[in-house]
Amino acid sequence: MKNRRRVKNKNGIANIYLVLVFLVLYAPIFYLMYYSFNSGGTMHKFEGFTLDYYREVVADTRLMIIVINTLVIALLSSAIATIIAVIGALAIHHVRSRRAKNTLLSLNNVLIVSPDVIIGASFLILFTIVGIKLGFTSVLLSHVAFSIPIAVIMILPHLQEMSPTLTDAARDLGATRRDVLTKVILPIIKPGIFSGFFMALTYSLDDFAVTFFVTGNGYSTLSVEIYSRARQGVSLSINALSTLIFLFTILLVIGYYYLNQRKSRPPVQIAEPVAEAGVPR
Amino acid sequence: MMSKGKSYYLIPYYLWIALFVIAPVLLVVYYSLFDLEGKLTLNNYVNFFTPVYMRMMLNSFWYAFLITVFSLLVAYPAAYLLTRTKHKQLWLLLIILPTWINLLLKTYAFIGIFGTFGPVNNFFDLVGLGEQQILFTGFSFVFVSVYIFIPFMILPIFSALDEMNLSLVDAARDLGASGWTTFRRVVFPLTISGVRSGCMAVFIPALSLFMITRLIAGNRVITLGTAIEQHFLVTQDWGMGSTVAVFLIAIMALFMILTGGSRKGVRG
Repeated sequence: MKNRRRVKNKNGIANIYLVLVFLVLYAPIFYLMYYSFNSGGTMHKFEGFTLDYYREVVADTRLMIIVINTLVIALLSSAIATIIAVIGALAIHHVRSRRAKNTLLSLNNVLIVSPDVIIGASFLILFTIVGIKLGFTSVLLSHVAFSIPIAVIMILPHLQEMSPTLTDAARDLGATRRDVLTKVILPIIKPGIFSGFFMALTYSLDDFAVTFFVTGNGYSTLSVEIYSRARQGVSLSINALSTLIFLFTILLVIGYYYLNQRKSRPPVQIAEPVAEAGVPR
Repeated sequence: MMSKGKSYYLIPYYLWIALFVIAPVLLVVYYSLFDLEGKLTLNNYVNFFTPVYMRMMLNSFWYAFLITVFSLLVAYPAAYLLTRTKHKQLWLLLIILPTWINLLLKTYAFIGIFGTFGPVNNFFDLVGLGEQQILFTGFSFVFVSVYIFIPFMILPIFSALDEMNLSLVDAARDLGASGWTTFRRVVFPLTISGVRSGCMAVFIPALSLFMITRLIAGNRVITLGTAIEQHFLVTQDWGMGSTVAVFLIAIMALFMILTGGSRKGVRG
């Protein structure tokens, strides 16, 4: 009896700790959202309810262009990155020698573990030397570049899980290399391709540091814009914007999980869980 | 055997490795050899070993260390408790969810929270501590960074704990080990790989953060990341910026070799 009570008590403390962690984790986000409705114009004294800042955000054409820029870059770069990542995953999968495979994998992971400032600075040098004008092209190329490795990591486990007898059987039945790829391999690794694309998308939408380095004058993405506005101090249109982004993010996550749920296959264990969440950019 | 020849389709991926993985590193090393006037020199390296940069490097390491330690202290118990909850996958998802919200927005929220009239200062007033300068201090920098990094620390530790064989804990308890001894001798060693990847996921970005230092710490805290950003985008001294980057890359590589090597040892 006594023993059981102690366990229960322990659970109480445990729950309080967890609740506290969740509270701290979500407090700033809800704090931002709450003050986006403040007619007082500050982030510390709530005077009255208003939707003015939402109107301001929607009416701001410059901001809308930036939102569109961000979405275009994210969709385009993740699509390109995913295609190249499929090729990369196939390349790594087909390499026979263990040593060559490890080398390829390490090279693949360099951009995942590199600090963003270094990626940004080195890409800036690269684009300047090659003569690419800073702006849309440079931002797109960088986003493709840093999204490829994460997509490869998401696709590779699916390839490794695939039974080699399937491709052998297809070849024995007279399938060409092309058929094997499009009719056997690609359908099997499809879930990996989707999660790769999705990760690339979130990487691209979230990226600040790399974009900050390679974006020229006149071209901006949301993160860069938020940074430059936040540096000028508190402005509640940022709060309104962040509320909208938060809702959009939640929709995206729900959509992603819905897609994942529909596939009735067992979840593939991802080697590096950190990679799944994405290191902050 | 049969894949000989027709491997043209692999070209884009190898091109990516050459152009965006290998070339950038070489370019950074190359640029570190030039000064502001474009003359070939080793002066940047000499400069790096002056007290200014050494202090900055120590500073950067110290803060990254603090951020990693505090993240670990908060995250380990949280991850442990998470594995004990019902619906743990759902709770884990709720831990991950805030990481999908732009880091700058979360940082920006703290400008309000830690501000002179913000809720934290209101609380201090209420308790009788009076108004404190919280924003633009080392404390706020560490706090916000820990806040940002906690999910990245919880995640790998959670998976390590989740994979752990619980019968080993029972065995330890049956053999008379106390709760603390069980944790110290069984649970922690078994999850050290998760702790290690968590620390790596926090320490390296913490060395190079620059937006949080700029927004939250004013210019009080200068890290290697801030220095690189400053040299590349403000003073346009790419040579010196590259030199700092070279050292950051070297530190990172060393860190990876150290942690990667020992990890192999544990598993093998």
